[in-house]
Formats: sequence, C-alpha cells, structure tokens
Amino acid sequence: MKMRALKLKRDWIHGWLLLMPALVFLFAFTHIPAITTLINSFFSTPRGRRSAKFIGLENYDRMVNDPVFWKVLWNNLWFAIGTIPASVGLAIVMALWVNEKLMGRGFVRMAYFTPTVLPLIAVANIWLFFFTPGFGLFDQITGFLFGWPASNYLGNPDTALNAIIVVTVWKEAGFFMIFYLAALQAIPVSLKEAAQIEGAGRWTIFWRITFPLLMPTTLFVCVNAVINSFRLVDHIFILTDGGPDNASALLLFYIYEVAFRFWETAYGATLTVALLALLSLLAIGQFFFFDRKVHYK
Amino acid sequence: MTRTSETFDRVLNTGAAWALALIWVLPLAYAVWTAFHPAAYEARFELFAPLTLENFSKAWDAAPFARYFLNTFILVTMILAGQFFLCTLAAFAFARFEFPGRNILFALVLLQLLVMPDILMVENYKTMRLLNLVDTIPAIALPYIASGFGIFLLRQTFMTIPKELDEAARIEGASFLGVLWKVYIPLAKPTYLAYGLVSVSHHWNNFLWPLIVTNSVETRPVTVGLSIFSAIDSGIEWSVINAATLMTSGPLLIAFLLFQRQFVQSFMRAGIK
Repeated sequence: MKMRALKLKRDWIHGWLLLMPALVFLFAFTHIPAITTLINSFFSTPRGRRSAKFIGLENYDRMVNDPVFWKVLWNNLWFAIGTIPASVGLAIVMALWVNEKLMGRGFVRMAYFTPTVLPLIAVANIWLFFFTPGFGLFDQITGFLFGWPASNYLGNPDTALNAIIVVTVWKEAGFFMIFYLAALQAIPVSLKEAAQIEGAGRWTIFWRITFPLLMPTTLFVCVNAVINSFRLVDHIFILTDGGPDNASALLLFYIYEVAFRFWETAYGATLTVALLALLSLLAIGQFFFFDRKVHYK
Repeated sequence: MTRTSETFDRVLNTGAAWALALIWVLPLAYAVWTAFHPAAYEARFELFAPLTLENFSKAWDAAPFARYFLNTFILVTMILAGQFFLCTLAAFAFARFEFPGRNILFALVLLQLLVMPDILMVENYKTMRLLNLVDTIPAIALPYIASGFGIFLLRQTFMTIPKELDEAARIEGASFLGVLWKVYIPLAKPTYLAYGLVSVSHHWNNFLWPLIVTNSVETRPVTVGLSIFSAIDSGIEWSVINAATLMTSGPLLIAFLLFQRQFVQSFMRAGIK
C-alpha cells in the first residue's frame, strides 16, 4: 500500500517534469498570447510615450462599424464556400481514381499530390503568370479556344477572389486526397464484392457503401479545410495584395495589414479576438456535428 | 453490367483521371518550361527551343539566395530538433504517467490544433520584441517547437506500445528516461519519420510569421526572400522569377520525387489518428 502511494507520487513528479518544457513553450506562444490578445483589445494602441489606456469596448465599436471588417469577413465566407466543397469533392474523386488499377497510376498520383509540397508563395508566383492579362497562359488559352479578349482576373474586383480560390483548390485537393486514399485502402474488398453479386452498379456502391464509410475521413478533412480557409493567406501577398479595394483580402490578411502595416496593434488584437471567436464557434459546431453524424466502429 | 459497358467505363475513367492530372501539372510544367528557356520563349512553345540555365544563374546573382537557403536550413533543423525533444517528453508523460491535471493539460495541448501561433502574430511579435529576439532565426522557430500536433501524434504511438516491454526494461533496472530512450523511441521510428517530413515541408514553406519577424538578409528564409525578389516591379523577366521559384521549392520537390512513397505514406500516417 505504501509502495503504491510512493509510486504514484513519483509518477506525478516524473510526469510533471517531462511535461514542463513543452508546456512552457506552449503557454508562452499560444495560451498566454491568446489571453493577452483579449486583454489588449480593451486598450488603446500605445504610441511613443503615450502608453495604452483602457478604453472599454471602443475597439469593438470601431470593428462593428468598419466596412472593411465586414468586407473581409464576407470574403472569407466566400473563400470557404468556394474552396472547401470543391477541394474535398475533387479529393474524393482523385482518391477513387488513384485507388483503382489505372494506366500510369504513379504519374497521376504524383500530379495530384505535387502542389502540396510547394510553398504557397511559389505557387502564387507560378499562377501569377497564368493570370497575366493578354500574355498569360489563361488568356492565351481562352483567346485561342473561344476568341475571348484579354482580361485582368486579378485586377478586377469581381474575379480577384475567385482567382485566389482556384489557386487554393489546386494546392489543397491533392493533400486531402491522401487521407481519402488511406481510408479507401482500409475498406474491406468483400463489402464491394458482396454488393456486386447483388447486382449493384458502381454508382450505387459508391453512394451506399464507400461514401458512408468515408464519413469520418470527410469530417476530419473538413475540419482541416475550415481551419485552412482562415489560415491560408500567403498567396494573397503575391497575387493581389488584398486588392483591388480589399476585394480579395481575408480576415487574417487584414489582421496583418492593421497590425504590421498601419501598426494599430490594439485594433489588430480586437480583430484577432473576432477570428478566435469564429474558430471556437466552428469547433464547437463541428464537435456536435461529429457526435451525431459519424458512426465509428 | 455488360462487358463492353465496363470497358467503356474504364476508358472513360482513365481518360478523365489523366485529363485532370494534366491540368494539375500544367502550372508546374509551365514554370519549368519558362525557367529552362530564354525569355523569348516565355509564351511561345516550340519543341526545339534552345535550353538554357541562364535564368537560374541570373536569379542566383540577383538576390542572396545562398544565404536564404542557409537560413531556411538552420530554421527547419532548429524547429525539428526542438519539436522532437519537447514533444517526445510531453507525449511520454501523457501516454504513461498518472498525474493530477493530465486531462485538462492534454485538452490545452489539443487547443493548439485550432489556435495556431500564426493567428496570434500580434502578441507573439510583442513577446519577441520583449525578449529582444526580433530579426533572429530563433524568433521564427520558437512559437512552433511545442507542437500540439506532434505531442498528440507521438502520444498515440506510445500508447500502442505494449506495457510489458516497458515493465521488462524497468525490471532490468532502466530508469524512466532509459525506458523512453531504449523502448519507446526506437519503436516509434516510423512516426518520427512521418512527423519529421510533415514538419520540414510545413516550415520550409511557411511564410507569414517569418515575414513579420525578420527584416534582414541574415535571417530571412527562402519563402520571404522569394517574395521580396519577385515583388520588385522592375523589369525582372518572368523566366528569371520562375527560375527562382523553382529553385526555392527545388530541394523539397526533388526529395519528394525521389521518396514519393515515403512522403505519401508519411502524410497518411500523420493524418490518421
């Protein structure tokens, strides 16, 4: 009895000692900054000799009345709607193809996955040339095939965000494909064979067997895709720099602009609080969705 | 289903898969084309256009890419070493020790999967200024080395290791760190490889935080260097920019093409909990 108590005590100490270094860094760069962000959002931005002073909800008042904030929030929504279903859908199709005995499967798989390895900055550079008016490959192809005139996809407020979405889907689909590929390989072949004996077509097999069994993967991928839709902003710096007129700015990009171009760190903190609140809401929502819809074995 | 319709189906699928694959490689293939040909062939496609490496040497001379590469290399190594060290210890604690507060602390670790350090750039920048670390490579690395993802991944792996092995080693007189070193780490090698590949490619490609916290040639990683290089509106030719682009992604791309199977399997392993 005494021995056991002693072992428990030792376990405590060892456990805490092992955890300590990681926790120090984790708290220093994730948890404490999250809390100070919240605190700073109630203060003014310190400038020169003037230190920050408590201003209550003034920053929030400014945020609610900031048309750019609503604009980038709206953009982010469109960005999410534009990228998530398209990249997840493509990922499923890609995984189904690559999972079959296909001619040249190795090349096809490599082609789908390669964008994942490239830095988003490099991707943006490559695509920038695609979108160049008149000269770029996009215009050359549409001009050659349909005789369309030159168009400035990135410089036009109506198309800039869509151009960003296209680039993001190209980059992400292959990454998500990997998870589906792993899930597909875990589905027992006997299920499919049984369905075939029953006379089910490929379409039925997919919707009745494969797709439901992929559900946990779909949710995992969707969680990632949602987080990414708030996180991926690197290519915006190269492609449009948020413009024209904030037409392609996303929330995180706007936070960067406010905090590091205009140096309004307090307002930047307020915007960060909005982003954190949004992420937590989504996480809670997804958690409940997970619990209801997914049946694990 | 009849035999002919099945073959038809197969042909259709193969065709579509290839069509998509070609669309998917087109941007990269195009970048390769312009990078290896003189500027005159940027938009003209002739099979026998002369090949050249001049774009690469121009890009190499136009910006301190050698230094950028060195910086990225130091950065990625620093992050990986830190992550392996901290995450191993923490994961071991969560997997095999009983102590009060374990579940709450684990939840706090998982929180980092949602709230990544990039999002908290405003506060993290202040911290770095306080520590007098702005514009140093450690400043880029520090926020990432206690990785929630890494702790989670290693904990899952450690938990699958049979306790009997652990106890056997203890009976032979190994300390708890000895057990970790001799039993757990060797058996988790595939996870380390997987996590290492994911981490290296992620931090090689990372941009926003390094952009904020660096402002000199001596600290900038390649991604930031590339963005500055291509943002100069002066008449740098596209072929040169594309050469620089390929150069910066080159090491990862070549590693990926050589170890394609390991890469894909690593990403899979890291993704399935």
